[in-house]
Amino acid sequence: AAGMFLRLLSDIQWRAANPKWRRMTSSRRSTSTTAEPHPVSLPAQAQVVICGGGIIGTSVAYHLSKMGWKDIVLIEQGRLAAGTTRFCAGIVSTARPVSIELKMAHYSNQLYQQLEQETGVQTGYMKTGSISLAQTQDRLISLKRIAASLNVMGIPCEIITPKQAVQLHPLINIHDLVGAMYVPEDALVSSANVSLALATAASRNGVQIHERTSVSHVTVQKGRVTGVETDRGRIQCQYFVNCAGQWAYELGHSGEEAVHIPLHACEHFYILTHPLKEPLASSLPTVVDPDGRIYIRNWQGGILSGGFEKNPKPLFTEGRNQLEIQNLQEDWDHYGPLLSSLLRRMPGLEALQIMQLVNCPESFTPDMRCIMGESPTTRGYFVLAGMNSAGVSYGGGAGKYLAEWIVNGYPSENVWPLDLKRFGTLQSSRTFLRHRVMEVMPLMCDLKVPRWDFQTGRQLRTSPLYDRLDAQGARWMEKHGFERVKYFVPPGSDLLDLDHSKTFYKPDWFDIVGAEVKCCKEAVCVIDMSSFTKFEISSTGDEALESLQYLFSNDLDVPVGHVVHTGMLNEKGGYENDCSIARLSKRSFFMISPTDQQVHCWAWLKNRLPDDSNLTMEDVTWKYTALNLIGPRAVDVLSELSYAPMTAEHFPSLFCKEMSVGYANGIRVMSITHTGEPGFVLYIPIEYALHVYNEVMNMGQKYGIRNAGYYALRSLRIEKFFAFWGQDLDAFTTPMECGREFQVKLEKGMEFVGQEALLEQKQNGVYKRFTMFILEDHDTDMDVWPWWGEPIFRNGRYVGKTTSSAYSYTLERHVCLGFVHNFDEKTGEELVVTTDFINQGEYEIDIAGQRFQAKAKLYPFSSLFTQRRRKDEVELSGYQGE
Amino acid sequence: FYLTPSQVNSILKANEYSFKVPEFDGKNVSSVLGFDSNQLPANAPIEDRRSAATCLQTRGMLLGVFDGHAGCACAQAVSERLFYYIAVSLLPHETLLEIENAVESGRALLPILQWHKHPNDYFSKEASKLYFNSLRTYWQELIDLNSGETTDVREALINAFKRLDNDISLEAQVGDPNSFLNYLVLQVAFSGATACVAHVDGVDLHIANTGDSRAMLGVQEEDGSWSAVTLSYDHNAQNEHEVERVKMEHPKSEEKSLVKQDRLLGLLMPFRAFGDVKFKWSIELQKRVIESGPDQLNDNEYTKFIPPNYHTPPYLTAEPEVIYHKLRPQDKFLILATDGLWETMHRQDVVRIVGEYLTGVHHQQPIAVGGYKVTLGQMHGLLTERRARISSVFEDQNAATHLIRHAVGNNEFGTVDHERLSKMLSLPEELARMYRDDITIIVVQFNSHVIGACQNEE
Repeated sequence: AAGMFLRLLSDIQWRAANPKWRRMTSSRRSTSTTAEPHPVSLPAQAQVVICGGGIIGTSVAYHLSKMGWKDIVLIEQGRLAAGTTRFCAGIVSTARPVSIELKMAHYSNQLYQQLEQETGVQTGYMKTGSISLAQTQDRLISLKRIAASLNVMGIPCEIITPKQAVQLHPLINIHDLVGAMYVPEDALVSSANVSLALATAASRNGVQIHERTSVSHVTVQKGRVTGVETDRGRIQCQYFVNCAGQWAYELGHSGEEAVHIPLHACEHFYILTHPLKEPLASSLPTVVDPDGRIYIRNWQGGILSGGFEKNPKPLFTEGRNQLEIQNLQEDWDHYGPLLSSLLRRMPGLEALQIMQLVNCPESFTPDMRCIMGESPTTRGYFVLAGMNSAGVSYGGGAGKYLAEWIVNGYPSENVWPLDLKRFGTLQSSRTFLRHRVMEVMPLMCDLKVPRWDFQTGRQLRTSPLYDRLDAQGARWMEKHGFERVKYFVPPGSDLLDLDHSKTFYKPDWFDIVGAEVKCCKEAVCVIDMSSFTKFEISSTGDEALESLQYLFSNDLDVPVGHVVHTGMLNEKGGYENDCSIARLSKRSFFMISPTDQQVHCWAWLKNRLPDDSNLTMEDVTWKYTALNLIGPRAVDVLSELSYAPMTAEHFPSLFCKEMSVGYANGIRVMSITHTGEPGFVLYIPIEYALHVYNEVMNMGQKYGIRNAGYYALRSLRIEKFFAFWGQDLDAFTTPMECGREFQVKLEKGMEFVGQEALLEQKQNGVYKRFTMFILEDHDTDMDVWPWWGEPIFRNGRYVGKTTSSAYSYTLERHVCLGFVHNFDEKTGEELVVTTDFINQGEYEIDIAGQRFQAKAKLYPFSSLFTQRRRKDEVELSGYQGE
Repeated sequence: FYLTPSQVNSILKANEYSFKVPEFDGKNVSSVLGFDSNQLPANAPIEDRRSAATCLQTRGMLLGVFDGHAGCACAQAVSERLFYYIAVSLLPHETLLEIENAVESGRALLPILQWHKHPNDYFSKEASKLYFNSLRTYWQELIDLNSGETTDVREALINAFKRLDNDISLEAQVGDPNSFLNYLVLQVAFSGATACVAHVDGVDLHIANTGDSRAMLGVQEEDGSWSAVTLSYDHNAQNEHEVERVKMEHPKSEEKSLVKQDRLLGLLMPFRAFGDVKFKWSIELQKRVIESGPDQLNDNEYTKFIPPNYHTPPYLTAEPEVIYHKLRPQDKFLILATDGLWETMHRQDVVRIVGEYLTGVHHQQPIAVGGYKVTLGQMHGLLTERRARISSVFEDQNAATHLIRHAVGNNEFGTVDHERLSKMLSLPEELARMYRDDITIIVVQFNSHVIGACQNEE
């Protein structure tokens, strides 16, 4: 039935309903050399079938064929470049806050620049540059942060004054501006023509392109793609790539085994005008006014201007809908506020005559980042969609990474922030998506400040203690749908409301978190950590141990009751996951991973564990509530509650035991805290959660127990130099690069994934080193706080970026963690990073354009704390002596 | 000098009233969801009246607007009394007996009506005994008549109207020993009032109209647009049938003098009304009553004045025209309003404004640029103006208030213009009547689900 449905609503009707769409680009047809006339029959089989002939699909085809794969079929339900690609504004902008997105955009720009020469197809490429305007100081800070990222990548970019901005673009009204950012190499293209050029090149490399062909569904056998059913017959294939744009969600759900691709379309409006009396030069830079929510580019002597309104109109919630397609009309009332904004920015355009208001749906994702990668459940099913209105900017780079992923098994950059597996089925509800994209679309223009949380789609997964904690003043954040406490607001203290707490500077919760940290250091705190991913792996024989020994880098053949920190590495030795594994018995293991690993880690292990009925793996995340008792008095609380000695002699560090807590039996207690502080994590079957929590809080009273949240945990782990996967560690980081050789069984003569790469690194040295920086001359009260992604300078030269940062209440300094590289001064080639190289440098960290001196450290700081304590004592006694 | 928006609002909202039919078990089983009403005076004191009540011994709801002239006495009396007459006319024989027995034996009466009144809507305490006695006489006669037939709503409405007018006339002829009451009944009889009353019971809607107030049904078409269906005939010179009727009732010799300058006998705008005995009684009767009446009555030039060409009274009747309409799911609301509204706004605009207000969807015609030459600046101005129009909707919580805001404040573009609104509302008393009439509006909202369900049952 789904196939019938898709076919009925094929492209012909699309354009019939929107005659204006055709008028705009009617000349394009003739340039298309790739469109094969019907009816060239479909091949019976191919290696790869790509669904979607927009800029994304053609880019994937282009890059796959460039990498030498020839047996590729691209299927487009209508005409090439006819959907969102045809109507998007064609702005190639590299000013992106997320580093991988920045890299994709930069690559796209370089690709498009030479595409016309390569293919002979006119792409309309014009290097105009772009000016991003700041109406507020906070906006200027965010631009400065982006500028710093661009500069260290070698992309020209400068922060300019309003006066300089008006020199670059005489129409800008600058009276309300505080500054701007100029990126001279940003460009304009005709996105449809870029897509056609990519298709032309791909076609020359042997890619078969079939227009007016609809995919009804993908067939799967034993968890692998076997073929594609279309309205013109079946194609057997090994790989399927879903580049269906806003229809990707539906296509993902059309097969027997659903592939969840969480995206949702919103209407997007832009205006086209007739030329000015003195037509605008095609080289005039594009203007982006995020505070006014608009962008303005030159277009055929006039302008093209659109924006991201506060009240977006989501559509196609119930799937493709003919009525909604027909109603995709100009909605001037909806566009009104953006028009006001446009005339405020360029009052000189009042008399400019309107040509058309274009309504062009764009698809958005739950976290504003695009979706790339392989389905966690169906091997060979790849996705590239959800471009959040930046399809042209990302298209080239995204297509390249996905092609590498398909051909090599992994892309050449860390694309985890874009990986489909960061989502699960839980982000796939249409209601959730509809609500979330209504928040996401306005965010395109909102200020992106540290520690920002989404407001929609909340309270989906919660701990059984949620209400109890909420009543005690908990403030919440969300991770993978799970509500986690940030901190507890003490009764009677007033925090700023949400809008006013957005800041790049010292946040209003500073003292609250400080008190929680102090309590962790001096007494005991409870943090609900139930969101962590928990798997149980067991077998009837030794299969579990044997398999895990191969898949994990640390030695898991430890006595029962021991906990092992270990990486789950890929062939290049990089961290696919970083976890703690407890050996519950000879044949069963309990594995704790970061919250957002739930889908990725499951898929990774499923694909690699032997298909053996004696071996079982179960996701038990939902079965346990985890309470982290951090602090020197955790021992006392727990021993009183269990009548069991908990001191280090009886319960050493990295130990795991099932015991009773209060009335509840069978509580899994582990002596780890994920912070480097003493304490325990209690894994409690959920029905006992409230009981155990109450017992702990009651008993803890006399030890000064209090609730704490993740911000305290974060501060503690960063000052202890603990790396977290997903933030500091990724698939391109090895244990050797972050001082964790001791967590690798290199000497034990056992084979494991990534071993060769690690041995080679051990021999030859590493090319980057995880380093801790303590900011020296940073004023916590007055200066912009570090976040992550700040450039690190060694002796004045760029060596890497930070990955996380926090204020250390113990050191009373900011601590940044990050990687130091050693780029050859002349060639830029990466050289080996030695301990001496790290230790012998003078470091600075660039926060929003201002550089702060930093002290580099390679090892955790327990010694530093004791030193400090001794120093305090000396000072104290000295004072008394006076 | 201009009134501030909040001053404007406090004037407009001073008399607004809303009633929601209570829900039972989370469901509204009535075909009426509720109503909004409001009135804006131009005369001082206002001569319009409004009433709304639920019939407790029979099913159904009664709503009415009353436009008084030559004072407010008659409109006031009709607004207090008419619904009792209607309710009594609708009661079955057994209930009438039960009520009579209760009165006879001094027991508590069954309540007949539940009123839905704004605090400013008052009932005359002094006259209540007198009014009650007249009403009791009426039901006693109904008991004696006992036709045994089930009560027909149309007949009940006509009987009630005629009977009340008759009682008004009789009370004035008989007089009252209490001089205050004596003056009151004469005032009631010598002043006049039109009445437009709706009786809603399930899908059965009856409109009984006497005079030039109007009942308008708001119908939502399939495409979401609104159309107006008139459910009453104006009884005035613009209504050919009405002119014809008056002419039929009098000798041919009077044909020319009957309707002059669009007025009955050159004097009265409505061709049907309560009270107005000057157009009903013989000259002798008028003279006798005035002479024996209190001095105030004798001093009043208007009451003493006999209409010209007054040969074959009565010239005026209170008998209503009754229109029946079976409610359909697309019938979303009913507007009852005095001529003060209909003089200023076209019925189609009235229905559209209320429809858009009630549905919350402001079906402004979407703008399409098409082939027109429009500049960014022009479009910006147009959109700003449209936004202002929409925002005015949200100032009002009451559909009747919203309608009055438009009736008084609309400029030539159909947009509420604050400046104009402010001017109109700050006119001195003596000028106000020249620019506008009293406006009284009731907007009854129907429950499409219940109506749809009733329809399906049949």
